[in-house]
Amino acid sequence: MAEKVLMKGNEAIAEAAIRCGCRHYFGYPITPQTEIAAYMSKRMPKIGGTFLQAESEIAAINMVYGAASTGRRTMTSSSSPGISLKAEGLSYLAGADLPALIVNIQRGGPGLGGIQPSQSDYFFMTRGPGHGDFHIIVLAPATVQEMADMTRLAFELGEKYRMPAMLLADGTMGQMMEPVVLPEESVDPESIPATKPWATTGTGMKRAHNIVNSLYLKPDELEKTNIERFERYAQLEKEECRWEEYLMDDAEICVVSVGITARVSKNAIVAARKEGIKVGMIRPITLYPFPKAPLAKAAEKVKSFLTVELNMGQMNEDVKLAINCSKKVSMCNRVGGMIPSSDEVLEAIRKEAK
Amino acid sequence: MAVVFQKPKSLTDAVLHYCPGCTHGIVHRLVAEAIDELGIEGRTIGVAPVGCSVMAYDYFGCDMIEAAHGRAPAVATGVKRSMPDNVVFTYQGDGDLASIGLCETVSTACRGENITIIFINNAIYGMTGGQMAPTSLIGQVTQTSPYGRDAATQGMPIRVCELLSTLEAPVYLERVAVNSVPHVRQAKKAVLKAFKNQVEGKGFSLIEVLSTCPTNWGLTPEKACQFVEEKMIPFYPLGVFKDRA
Repeated sequence: MAEKVLMKGNEAIAEAAIRCGCRHYFGYPITPQTEIAAYMSKRMPKIGGTFLQAESEIAAINMVYGAASTGRRTMTSSSSPGISLKAEGLSYLAGADLPALIVNIQRGGPGLGGIQPSQSDYFFMTRGPGHGDFHIIVLAPATVQEMADMTRLAFELGEKYRMPAMLLADGTMGQMMEPVVLPEESVDPESIPATKPWATTGTGMKRAHNIVNSLYLKPDELEKTNIERFERYAQLEKEECRWEEYLMDDAEICVVSVGITARVSKNAIVAARKEGIKVGMIRPITLYPFPKAPLAKAAEKVKSFLTVELNMGQMNEDVKLAINCSKKVSMCNRVGGMIPSSDEVLEAIRKEAK
Repeated sequence: MAVVFQKPKSLTDAVLHYCPGCTHGIVHRLVAEAIDELGIEGRTIGVAPVGCSVMAYDYFGCDMIEAAHGRAPAVATGVKRSMPDNVVFTYQGDGDLASIGLCETVSTACRGENITIIFINNAIYGMTGGQMAPTSLIGQVTQTSPYGRDAATQGMPIRVCELLSTLEAPVYLERVAVNSVPHVRQAKKAVLKAFKNQVEGKGFSLIEVLSTCPTNWGLTPEKACQFVEEKMIPFYPLGVFKDRA
């Protein structure tokens, strides 16, 4: 029986990763995700795993690239400015079709920005987290429980589709403590590489050499790899979109929000319902692939959408695209580390209801 | 008919793309001979750089990984930490190792990762067509130092073995050359030892190989070998800079 414990979101990710068979963590300190590294530094040496504090974010993601090449479940974590440095590595991981987990506990930007929560890496992570045509799987947890559950999901989806997967959360999610039921230890880390015939584990003089690579000097070959990759993305979009609907049955206003703002929005929705406002919420759980279908379906009956975000309007654009701009899409947002109160969201909902 | 000379077993049959007179081929051979002599091909994983030897992954018969520019030591670290019983080497040029990847180079050496680095120093960026390298000599004319490298504005060349020898952790650092038969023989010994150290669990070894780039130096292969002797070796003295093995 899995036990229920009280944990910080960051720690829940770390412990869940270990229980999912991750034995190789490479990272670099940055607020507000450092608890992940600190937790790993305590646990990994005791279970024969690797915790390595790299010389930079760039080195850390390249160490992940090396460990992923050998077929291991491996991860790194960082926060927004550090993720900028990892962009190169993300592109190479994607180009070499390597699965790995990258955690981004977002803080305000741009530049050094601040250390308070933000969702301003939304475009960066969902549009193109590095050079070239590629995507990474992006999961957006809204509870500490989901941070643990999605750690497993990220490893599994990454391996199934052979692509990097990211947990994208705002700083609040990393720092908040909640009860969490941790996953059972069900994966033998040693058994994982055998499921990856492409891994560079040494030929043993029994097979031709494996090459992990993203270089294709012949344009027709490179084109082929790009097209094949996007066929996988199409499959991912078809099979793996995840979202939560809340009070959407009779809703006339549809709030769209993720992470901490989805939690704040729920409170505001409950309050608005008491005032007789028919409002519900669609909370995207996968940000890439973005759950367009439920939003398009909602657009057939709601009067308007309201995104609640910690950025200047990034997911707002995805909602407009998902519904083909068929309805008004308003926004309630705070930035720089500010978080809207449920009263602010309620006021925005009231405005929509007028 | 008796075979008196053959290609090392751990080199593939792929045709090398290197220019005539380039010494990458010699160094590839030395690496492959070391792998063969130690009987480690089946458990060796190589990491190729970005630079002229970017396609080394096609030439070595062991499992190979292509790294981003300069990141080979970090990638090798990830591999070695995952598979400590395997043999892991990187093969990098001067732009890759001593410029864009210097941080990874120094940090990996400082940690004393039990890996082997083969560092090709030919004082120029070859693949991109002959730009100034961190190891280009003072006065050396390149595409990006058309008036000759000027110390006042372009800095001094970097001596990697000397730099790394100030660190505690590295086990073995040697600079060799491949511009003459005696030098090739010494280079072979050094490369073999660098792999043997790893197999024996001794720690970080780096072999710097003074190499030629006739194409981008604008010299014949023969003159290029003379350039190594007369210009490079005086600034980059050959020898062992550290040997704790």
